[in-house]
Amino acid sequence: MSESGSPRDHRILPKVTATNEHYWRGGEHGTLVLLRCRSCGYRLHPPTPVCPQCLGRDLAPEAVSGRATVATFTINHQPWYPGLEVPFVLAIVELDEQPDVRITTNIVNCPIPDVRIGMRVQVVFRAYDDVWIPFFEPEVA
Amino acid sequence: MAGPFQGRVAITGIGQSDVGRRLGRDPLELTLDACLAAIADAGLTPADIDGIATYPGAMDNPPGFSGAGVTDVHDALRLKLNWYYGGIESPGQTGSTINGMMAVATGLASHVLCFRTVFEGSAQGAQGRSAVMTGGAADGGSGGGYRAGGFQQWVLPYGAPSAAPWIAMFAQRHFHEFGTTREQMAQIALNARKNAASNPKAIYGTPLTLDDYLSARMISEPFCLFDCDVPCDGATAVIVSRTDLARSLRKPPIIVESAGTAIRGRPSWDQWDDLTTMSVRDAGLSLWERTHLRPSDVEVAELYDGFSFIAMSWLEALGFCGRGESGPFIEGGHRIALDGELPLNTNGGQLSSGRLHGYGFLHEACVQLWGEGAGRQVLSSGGARPELAVAAAGGGPTASCLLLSCAR
Repeated sequence: MSESGSPRDHRILPKVTATNEHYWRGGEHGTLVLLRCRSCGYRLHPPTPVCPQCLGRDLAPEAVSGRATVATFTINHQPWYPGLEVPFVLAIVELDEQPDVRITTNIVNCPIPDVRIGMRVQVVFRAYDDVWIPFFEPEVA
Repeated sequence: MAGPFQGRVAITGIGQSDVGRRLGRDPLELTLDACLAAIADAGLTPADIDGIATYPGAMDNPPGFSGAGVTDVHDALRLKLNWYYGGIESPGQTGSTINGMMAVATGLASHVLCFRTVFEGSAQGAQGRSAVMTGGAADGGSGGGYRAGGFQQWVLPYGAPSAAPWIAMFAQRHFHEFGTTREQMAQIALNARKNAASNPKAIYGTPLTLDDYLSARMISEPFCLFDCDVPCDGATAVIVSRTDLARSLRKPPIIVESAGTAIRGRPSWDQWDDLTTMSVRDAGLSLWERTHLRPSDVEVAELYDGFSFIAMSWLEALGFCGRGESGPFIEGGHRIALDGELPLNTNGGQLSSGRLHGYGFLHEACVQLWGEGAGRQVLSSGGARPELAVAAAGGGPTASCLLLSCAR
């Protein structure tokens, strides 16, 4: 069985804006960065201009540990685009700091049959043009 | 009479165009075929129609997703409208119909023409699914400089432009928590295929066995090819009328007993609170909050099966079984068969009869309530047609359902 990779050859990149720049470029410094409310400490994902918990507006980007747990995943076999390399693992991970922040990602650097719900993972970035895409790999203790 | 519409709203006619994998026909003509059939079925003429409701409204992208908008039909039939609606941000695809029901209940319109047209089969053409995917050929692909915004930015960089892998992840979590199996989930596809054999408009009417299912190629685990609905061309229309005007029309009115429209979690594919459910959970709950009728009163269920797991999720959401129990509920397929305790997707659903996108379930619920199902008609042991049906549309972060009755 192949190593789990991320889909190559046909990678669609995010459109970077003032609102999401901290997220898609935080990887340049090796950190996963989310918006956080300075009033109540809630982390917002995707980013919005008002804290949904306390309605505060004093929000600022802040790095998280990048450690997470796989909440669910699928082994995708269908090449949705020409050149999309399959199979690969698509997963939803829950961040240690705030499990209701979920990130859809690929699990990389891991044999595909080893991926499990509940598996511990950590962020790893790959640079493409002007963005750093966060992937997750098995946690190194 | 109880319920959100107090008995004031009825379905009085239905219509459907030809349905096929790739008809290669003008989608507006398909739309008008369905609309004129529905108007005639009700015993009305275009001059009687004073409202239009449609999903998703006119849009060119993704290709084949919308065959006609409000103004196309308004102008083609020279209608005189008192109210209209077309849009994509409604609860499920038939949320547009529920908007029409609200217009009738509030007196803004008397007879609302509701429709949905797709031509995704023809739009794919020989290129297959990538032709209609966001970021695919129509957008220039990654080589064409396309960049993803909105929700798509969170999934397209990971090779996931389709709801197949998004919903597969819900199914996987359900399998993990409740021990659900592929053999159980297969029954949604096998039951649909069996029923499709009695639907002359079905895309796939040839028998499907459990072995066929288990040996099919995987799309996104646990979904194989047969867990995914089939893109097609076709249009479906229903007429929503004031009940007091419906009494004199051609057919007995189908009363709208309740509508489920709630979404109380985050409107998202990946931030939804419970990854074993989807927004169908709240749509189903709210349907029953608004009526004195109970799940055990329902005699036939037409539940969205864009992916097989969605129909299982609807079974739980609507209280036909407990949370996490849809696998055992459908095991073996007897309970959901035409002669079972809860006949399901009697026309073959979208899995075997084509992705008419929500409206096909509403159409089939009416077929069953009017006793027009011929070889696929649900009949009681005494030979009577059903009096109460559920039609549900949508999955993921958008869903709605309707409870419909037609007294014998």
